[in-house]
Order: sequence, then structure tokens, then C-alpha cells
Amino acid sequence: MALNLRNVSVVFPAAEGRSSVEALSGIDLDIEGEDFVVALGASGCGKSTLLNLIAGFLAPSSGELQLDGEIVTGPGADRSVVFQKHALLPWLNVIDNVAFPLKLQGVGRAKRNETANEYIKLLGLDDFAEAPVYQLSGGMQQRVGIARALTCDPRILLMDEPLGALDALTREKAQELILHIWDSTHKSVFFITHSVEEALFMGTRLVVMSPRPGRISHSFDLPFSRQFLSGTPARHVKASKEFIDLREEVLEVVFADEEASV
Amino acid sequence: MTDQARPPRRKQQAGFFTRLTRSRPTKPGEIYGVPGQGDTLWLSVASILSFLFVWWLVTAMGWVKPLFVPSPGAIVGKFVDIWQNGFTNTSLLDHTMISTARVFGAFLLACVVGIPLGLAMGMSPVMRGIFDPPIEFYRPIPPLAYLPLMIIWFGIGETSKVLLIFLSVFAPVTLGARSGVKSAAIEQIHAAYSFGASRWQVMRYVILPSALPEILTAMRIGIGFGWTTLVAAEMVAATAGLGYMVLSASQFLQTPTVIMGIIVIAVIAFVFDLFMRFIERKAVPWKGRM
Repeated sequence: MALNLRNVSVVFPAAEGRSSVEALSGIDLDIEGEDFVVALGASGCGKSTLLNLIAGFLAPSSGELQLDGEIVTGPGADRSVVFQKHALLPWLNVIDNVAFPLKLQGVGRAKRNETANEYIKLLGLDDFAEAPVYQLSGGMQQRVGIARALTCDPRILLMDEPLGALDALTREKAQELILHIWDSTHKSVFFITHSVEEALFMGTRLVVMSPRPGRISHSFDLPFSRQFLSGTPARHVKASKEFIDLREEVLEVVFADEEASV
Repeated sequence: MTDQARPPRRKQQAGFFTRLTRSRPTKPGEIYGVPGQGDTLWLSVASILSFLFVWWLVTAMGWVKPLFVPSPGAIVGKFVDIWQNGFTNTSLLDHTMISTARVFGAFLLACVVGIPLGLAMGMSPVMRGIFDPPIEFYRPIPPLAYLPLMIIWFGIGETSKVLLIFLSVFAPVTLGARSGVKSAAIEQIHAAYSFGASRWQVMRYVILPSALPEILTAMRIGIGFGWTTLVAAEMVAATAGLGYMVLSASQFLQTPTVIMGIIVIAVIAFVFDLFMRFIERKAVPWKGRM
């Protein structure tokens, strides 16, 4: 699996008294193999635009976006998306939501329930398979969203602030869960967040984005998720000196970018 | 010092308006500040009973002539009488069946045509461009105004009657379905596309189900318009039907029959509305919850 962005720019044309906006400018990004790439930045820096671009909901104004050598022209099951919220289908119960992508592909009921059950188990939703999704807590709903995106068996999993709506405690548990799933499914992940700690803990690579125009200003390689997966408890990883130093460094970079762009 | 000795009378006798608008203490099991919360069943029952009581009192005391306001008993008597003997040689059941068939026939037709059309209008700018002007043009016109045209064009038979009711139901149902298309969140639509859905699949599996609550509401509003138009539809060249019964009874000043007919129409409409609410609870239990 290789996703390559070459000098990609997105310009929103002028409309109703607003001049045209350069949402993304000169983006170069490669995501390969089991990369877990985290995009971090203040709001308005183009993180979501970048994700929409990779997902195929937006076309680049210039530059090239390729998935395994083929130019991306629209959305597809090889790049499934997990949204922050409001993306589940409330008229379906948990298992039907999780099996929804397979239904779209025309897989028979028995076969798709079998696959869906695998992911339901993986996400720890066993007891809720028949429950209506609107009765679940926010954290549970987000797990359904992740299970659903995984049943697509995508080449890359796109996550648009998937934990942004969760409370702090649930969020830490969910981070660990996502890392375990990433480790067991060997998927590439592109993950958006505005929490520095989350970005550092989750990613193998961090790209810091700056606004006006949206661009990648810094890139860091990260060791922390591997440390967690090889057995170090999450809080130990997050409390280590190395982690805290890098957190402060990244925060400094983000704030400096913010000030420079005003 | 005399001020202190005086009891704080003003506070106890706050005005009615002040009592209505002041902050209330919270109660266990209630969320504070939700507007208009509380059970209304008993108040509604009391409201109906007191209305009936005043009605009965006014007639029993002879304050109003029975020609203007007949007593509740007279209405019940009339109901029994027409139930047994019929009205203009047609039984009450037949009057009811005929009107119900007209209203529900027109309603079903309006749903079968209006819901797909509304969905298409919501989904496609071409359809919206074509059908928006005619619907918006005729929608505010009272059915009575175009009733003569219906009769000139479609004759005095069933067609013009059903068509008149159809037109009054059609606009609200179509517009409801059209705006229901917007109920799906863009995240839901994008998620489906990112799982490889085709445009048709997004319509079928995302947009249509999420439009369902609004379609059901539009149907409830639409059938209401249908009953409203019934009397107009049965004004000309009808020999049976509840609207016809009410109209011809009013020409002979048979006030009890008029009121009885109105109550029968109201009861049927209300029972159907209860049925629609039941359907709503069963079909879209998730309405407003996500």
C-alpha cells in the first residue's frame, strides 16, 4: 500500500464577497505499509481538507494524489473514513451498521454477519450486537464507527478526529484500543487530531500543519506507539521524559506557527 | 421599626403574571428548565369534560335556542337516529365509508405520486427547477377557488372530488419529502461513499431512511388537509358522504345533524392521527435521538 501526494494544492474559489482561499498549498506526503500518520494543527489549518482530499470528497486544484500508482478520482472502499460523530445510521442496529459496507458490496446476509461479528468482537462490542446504536454511549458509538470502517477491509483507514467528542477517560481507553487494532490488522492509518498528547502517543509519524495557507510545516518520527504495543503501560509512555520533551517542542512549534500566520 | 413589624404581605400575594413567570423549584426526576414539561392527560380530559358540561348547562338552562345550539343529548339522539334510519336514504355507515374512501384514496394517490416526486426534487436540481414553480403556485390557492375548474374539466363524478382532495394533500406531502432529503448528515453520506456506495445506494440506504421521519410528519399534515377539503369536494353534485350530509343538513337548519357530522369527521381524523403516531413510534424510534 502506498499513498503519495505530490505538491497538492486545494483552492476554494471566491464566493459571495469572499476572496478565494488557499486551503492547502504544496502538500507532499507519503503513507506506506503500516504507517500511522497523525496530522496535528489548530483549526483552520486544513487537516480536514487534507483528509477529504485523500478520501476523494475533494479534487486537488493542482498536484497529484495517487493510491498504489493510480490517481484518486473519487471516494472508494479502499479508503474508508471514521468520522467524529453523526455518521452511524440510527435505523440500523449495531451489527447491521458494522455490516453496512458489505451490504453495499452485495455480500449475502450470513457471510456479512460473520465478518461483522469478527470486528464486533475485536472492538469489544459482543454484548451489544443487536442493540440500536442510538442507545449506546458516545464511546460505544465510536467503536461501532471504527468496526464499520474496518469491515471494508480498506487499504488505508482515515480517521477524522474520531475521539474528539469523547470524554478524557474514555478517550485514553479508545486510543489504546485503536493502537491494538492497528497492530493486529496491519492497516495504514491517517489520523487527525488537535490533541498534542494524542498525536504523539498514537502516531509513527506526526505532521504538524499550519494555517493560511494550509501546509505541512514540520514532520516528526515517533517511537511511542511501538513502546506501548511492546508492553509499556500507556501512562508510563505518556509520562516519560522523552514524551514530555517532545510534547513541549511540538507545542512550541504549533504556537509559533499560529503567531506567524496572524 | 414599624416597617419590620408589618408582615410581608406583598410577597404572599404576588400577581398572577408574576406567579406564572417566576422561577420554580426543581423536582426529583425532572430536568430543570425544560420548556413545557409535565403530563397533560388529566388536564385534557378535564378540559373536554368541562366543555361538555358548559355545553350541556347552556342548553339545559335554555339560554340558547336548540336551533343554534342543540343539547349534547340531541346530538347523540341524532346519531342513533341516522345510524338506524340513514340520511337521505343512505345509511350513516355508507356516508362515512364513501367519504373515507374519497379522502384515503386521494391521500394514497398523493403519497404514491408526491413522495417519490418530492424525493426526486430534493435530489435533483433539474426536477426541482421543473416542479417547484407549479407546486408553489397552486399551493396557497384555496381548494374552493379551483373547485369550479375541476368540475368544468373533470365533470361532476368521482374524479373531480378525489382530484380536489388529492391536490390539497399533494403539496404538503411533496414538500415534506423534498425537505426530508436534507435530513441526512453529510457525515452519513460521506461515510457511505467511503465504503464504496454508488449514488443510487446512498439514496436508497442513507437518504431515504433518514427522510422517513419528515415524510411521516408530512403525511400527517397532508391527511389533515384532506379532511379539510372533504366538505368542499362534496359541495357539488354529491348524493352521499359526510361532507354532503353536513352541507345539506345545514341548508335545512338541521343543526344536530351538522354537529354530529362534524364530530364523526373529527373522530375519524383523530383516530387516524393516533394510528400515524403509532406508526411513527414503530418505524422511526430513533427520531430526534441521534
